Amino acid sequence: MAKSPEQEHPVKAFGWAARDSCGHLSPFKFSRRATGDKDVTFKVLYCGICHSDLHCIKNEWRDSVYPMVPGHEIVGVVTEVGPEVTKFKVGDKVGVGCLVGSCHSCESCVNDLENYCPEWILTYNSKYTDGTITYGGYSDIMVADEHFVVAIPDNLPLDGAAPLLCAGITVYSPLRHYGLDKPGLHVGVVGLGGLGHMAVKFAKAMGIKVTVISTSPGKREEAVGRLGADSFLVSRDQEQMEAAKGTMDGIIDTVSTVHSLLPLIALLKSQGKLVLVGAPEKPLELPAFPLLTGRKVVGGSAIGGLKETQEMINFASQHGITSDIEVISMDYVNTAMERLAKADVRYRFVIDIGNSLKSTA
Amino acid sequence: MAKAPCQEHPQKVLGWAAVDKSGTLSPFHFSRRENGDDDVTVKIQYCGVCHSDLHLAKNDWGFTNYPVVPGHEIVGAVTKVGSNVNKFKVGDRVGVGVIVDSCRSCECCQQDLENYCPQVIFTYNSHSKDGSKTYGGYSDFIVVDQRFVLRFPEGLPSDAGAPLLCAGITVYSPMKYYGMTEPGKHLGVAGLGGLGHIAVKLGKAFGLKVTVISSSPRKEAEAIQRLGADSFLVTSDLVKMKAAFGTMDYIIDTVSAVHPLAPLISLLKLNGKLVTVGLPDKPLELPIFPLVLGRKLVGGSDVGGMKETQEMLDFCAMHNIAADIELIRMEEINTAMERLAKSDVKYRFVIDVGNSLPSRY
Repeated sequence: MAKSPEQEHPVKAFGWAARDSCGHLSPFKFSRRATGDKDVTFKVLYCGICHSDLHCIKNEWRDSVYPMVPGHEIVGVVTEVGPEVTKFKVGDKVGVGCLVGSCHSCESCVNDLENYCPEWILTYNSKYTDGTITYGGYSDIMVADEHFVVAIPDNLPLDGAAPLLCAGITVYSPLRHYGLDKPGLHVGVVGLGGLGHMAVKFAKAMGIKVTVISTSPGKREEAVGRLGADSFLVSRDQEQMEAAKGTMDGIIDTVSTVHSLLPLIALLKSQGKLVLVGAPEKPLELPAFPLLTGRKVVGGSAIGGLKETQEMINFASQHGITSDIEVISMDYVNTAMERLAKADVRYRFVIDIGNSLKSTA
Repeated sequence: MAKAPCQEHPQKVLGWAAVDKSGTLSPFHFSRRENGDDDVTVKIQYCGVCHSDLHLAKNDWGFTNYPVVPGHEIVGAVTKVGSNVNKFKVGDRVGVGVIVDSCRSCECCQQDLENYCPQVIFTYNSHSKDGSKTYGGYSDFIVVDQRFVLRFPEGLPSDAGAPLLCAGITVYSPMKYYGMTEPGKHLGVAGLGGLGHIAVKLGKAFGLKVTVISSSPRKEAEAIQRLGADSFLVTSDLVKMKAAFGTMDYIIDTVSAVHPLAPLISLLKLNGKLVTVGLPDKPLELPIFPLVLGRKLVGGSDVGGMKETQEMLDFCAMHNIAADIELIRMEEINTAMERLAKSDVKYRFVIDVGNSLPSRY
């Protein structure tokens, strides 16, 4: 008979979990493995709320296993390291993002692209190598293989750094991979949410001219006044969109609902690149003519490998980049999810785990 | 009152034109400019029948300006050169492809990418800088600025070489631009027609492993035994398609009818590139998840600039690459168009203009 979550592993753990696809989160006792030879155990202090957490607790991708403890933007302080761990010691500030395992031998893994490993193991809702389900960062402690742990430099506040572990790397990686990181280029960012606002900050730090493209005219002041974008386009304003045609070297599209690609492709210069990092469930329409006549490209990107994630954190540290967050207590999480569904947050909720996750044990 | 086509310019020309969207071609008297200082006059010997000719004759794309004289795979002999012409002399064997002019000053033109110039002028169905219509190669001669005339290398046959001027460059250019030239890599060619069969030949010349992806099982023997492809996939054979998932570094998609992209994207490896060179008249469905999770991209490409077209002709001459053709007489063009609509040709019709179009020239 399968062991209960509390009995699966030797170390007691406590978190909040969704029990079914209505997505309501509530206190949950479970357990984690003992610190293995290559493991790092840390006390979780903060965990960002990613939109993926919301999709997963509601089983929108139809692969959810319950009970589910979400959370893959996890930061904290090391409490124990295994004997073979070389990169971390007790007291270090660390983070874990979307991945906790991969095969280590395929072409992707060998090229530091664990995020594209066909056998990747996600931080939550995945099957670990020992057959048990992985539980994420809405919890008091975390145990992860050293390979999947990143160091958080001292100058980065832990709460603002947490969202870098998913939102940050998700936009940083394609800016680098698609060559949209050169000073003087003009890059558009579609959608000004958790991903979008990070894309603006990274791109500005790379010396890029940034235009935010949004359906909400109300976000102009934020985008230009506070986040430092160079300009703002309201996507429903035909005149503005027409005037901006053929002006962008690239576009990072963070929108995860179905939307039209044609007006975005039109904004690109010849040889421009439209990169999708949001993943609408249904296919989008791809008009062939504009793609061909401008030798344009539509590509995708998903998070980043561990080496690049560390590089991104170091870049953020160098440039003083953190996420704009609203810190909440653990018991606010269900309200936060409702607000997140309406995009009512600037721009990431971060759960103050350290101060508000209380075990009832 | 607008001048009649035969009175617009001083030199009388005989060609065949479509006058309405039935697409039926018939003899048509029109005129061309005098040979200017920068011009080359070419007596046309051969003209390839491109699928675009059929699309435009029937106004499939909605922008045909009747009457239209198609033809942009033109090979012939120089009969006159202007006083500024230094690249060609009377008697030279030359080609004229898809483009006869551009703005010459924009970023694209300066980078030898006249094909992406926003003011590009096509060989037919466009307007010259003097405002008059351009008429293509289903005619007895053509007058073109020397910058847009190509030297036909020794060893390249005039008839079988003609289709290289559109079909050839259409697949050569993206193969270079998207990096499909690393020996040992695996190229998929979707569609085995005018474009596809040349892509197979070029792929083998670049040292690639080539798989043809087709909806017609009957093309397998041709593809492998005659064209030299390494393997053949029938798109309706789901078992074989699935077995080939994640095996291709790149795919050139030459199919011009609306077709599903999802199976082609699945055939790509991580970081794989699907380049579409066919022009379906409706948008295609693009599934986003596979693009994001495999960091794959879909790109377009549209013929090539003049420098690259010359490079392609020289490459083909060196590697003995020419099109597989069926030579027809001018008066057989309508039957050829009907057969082309059913893909009943291996693999390009070429009109023997020199021997079948009575010329006053």
